[in-house]
Amino acid sequence: MSEVKKVLFTPIFNNNPIALQILGICSALAVTSSLSVSFVMAIALTMVTAFSNLFISIIRSNIPSSIRIIVQMIIIASLVIVVDQVLKAFAYEISKQLSVFVGLIITNCIVMGRAEAYAMKNGPVMSFIDGIGNGLGYSIMLIIVAFFRELLGAGKLFGVEIFTTVQNGGWYQPNGLMLLPPSAFFVIGLVIWALRAWKSDQVEEADFKIVANSKAQEAL
Amino acid sequence: MEHYISLFIKAVFVENMALAFFLGMCTFLALSKKVETAIGLGIAVVVVLAITVPLNNLIYTNLLADGALEWAGLPGVDLSFLGLLSYIGVIAAAVQILEMLLDKYMPALYNALGVFLPLITVNCAIMGASLFMVERDYNFGESVVYGVGAGVGWALAIAALAGIREKLKYSDVPVGLRGLGITFITVGLMSLGFMSFSGVQL
Repeated sequence: MSEVKKVLFTPIFNNNPIALQILGICSALAVTSSLSVSFVMAIALTMVTAFSNLFISIIRSNIPSSIRIIVQMIIIASLVIVVDQVLKAFAYEISKQLSVFVGLIITNCIVMGRAEAYAMKNGPVMSFIDGIGNGLGYSIMLIIVAFFRELLGAGKLFGVEIFTTVQNGGWYQPNGLMLLPPSAFFVIGLVIWALRAWKSDQVEEADFKIVANSKAQEAL
Repeated sequence: MEHYISLFIKAVFVENMALAFFLGMCTFLALSKKVETAIGLGIAVVVVLAITVPLNNLIYTNLLADGALEWAGLPGVDLSFLGLLSYIGVIAAAVQILEMLLDKYMPALYNALGVFLPLITVNCAIMGASLFMVERDYNFGESVVYGVGAGVGWALAIAALAGIREKLKYSDVPVGLRGLGITFITVGLMSLGFMSFSGVQL
């Protein structure tokens, strides 16, 4: 049981796919300007990761290693097509807003990375749980970023007004920058800072150290 | 002609793949520590995009779009749901073939690109460009220009980021921001800079 717990919860803070493994960043940035859209994206990605891990792990001993990438790709692509069609059928508005990013789950490195790193070596049940765990790690990051961007950018959460904006006679002047692409980078950068201040073992070694107490000098 | 030029400029600057649409971010952040590798990767992306976007355009218009199979006597067939699967197949195959051709005929370039070629299969910029091409209904000529433009834009962005990071490593960054954190913030600032192009009307 503790094994299950470990596989499920380690990716959330200790080994977060976005903040530490540098996987799946593209979509994390692009869909986070509204909370409901990123929520749908998070669910879609968690589903795809979990099921692709499950299926790949079931047939893992029958995949010849030379063509394994293609086999993994086909499984992932088929799952994404299912997700895409389901979204178009039941949540058309949101699927329009996600535009190409549903399709890009195929090339989202989290899915491929977990298939290659975990599902090829472990049993189906554990792989499924690993998929869910990594999906959750991604989801948490997405939701934190979307929370700040939507709240500060539009004064809303899930489209419901939290801060009454100046246009509607309230006090909050919305910060339009938060809805633009660059702010996603800043928010993620700051979240990483917060996470690493809390879990200091994730801090990276500096490439170049400044010698202590050296005198300032004109550069030549 | 003017139409194509403005499409190219738009793809390079206004709709920069990396800085406006965040595509290809994983490789963008992971492999931008040295200018040399960044340029090698950039060239590889340009080449692959210039091949795969027009190729996917041909496949989409002749096989997958609604009613496209009319020439085969199947006027009512709409295979566009198979799009995702075929684009990724085309990309994987194109990268593989390109790798073999380069190895045979241009070993110098092949060695320069090294491990980056196979990595490109899973670069979302490649897949993203094909999906945008379909979404915006580009014709064949436009798709060639768009493919090259998107690639050049991405290459430009990664080379610029690598240049900044090479200098940035001498600076004293707060402990928790070291590495990935400060890179994110740098890219955010670059993206802010590229946003100034968005006022350009073409």
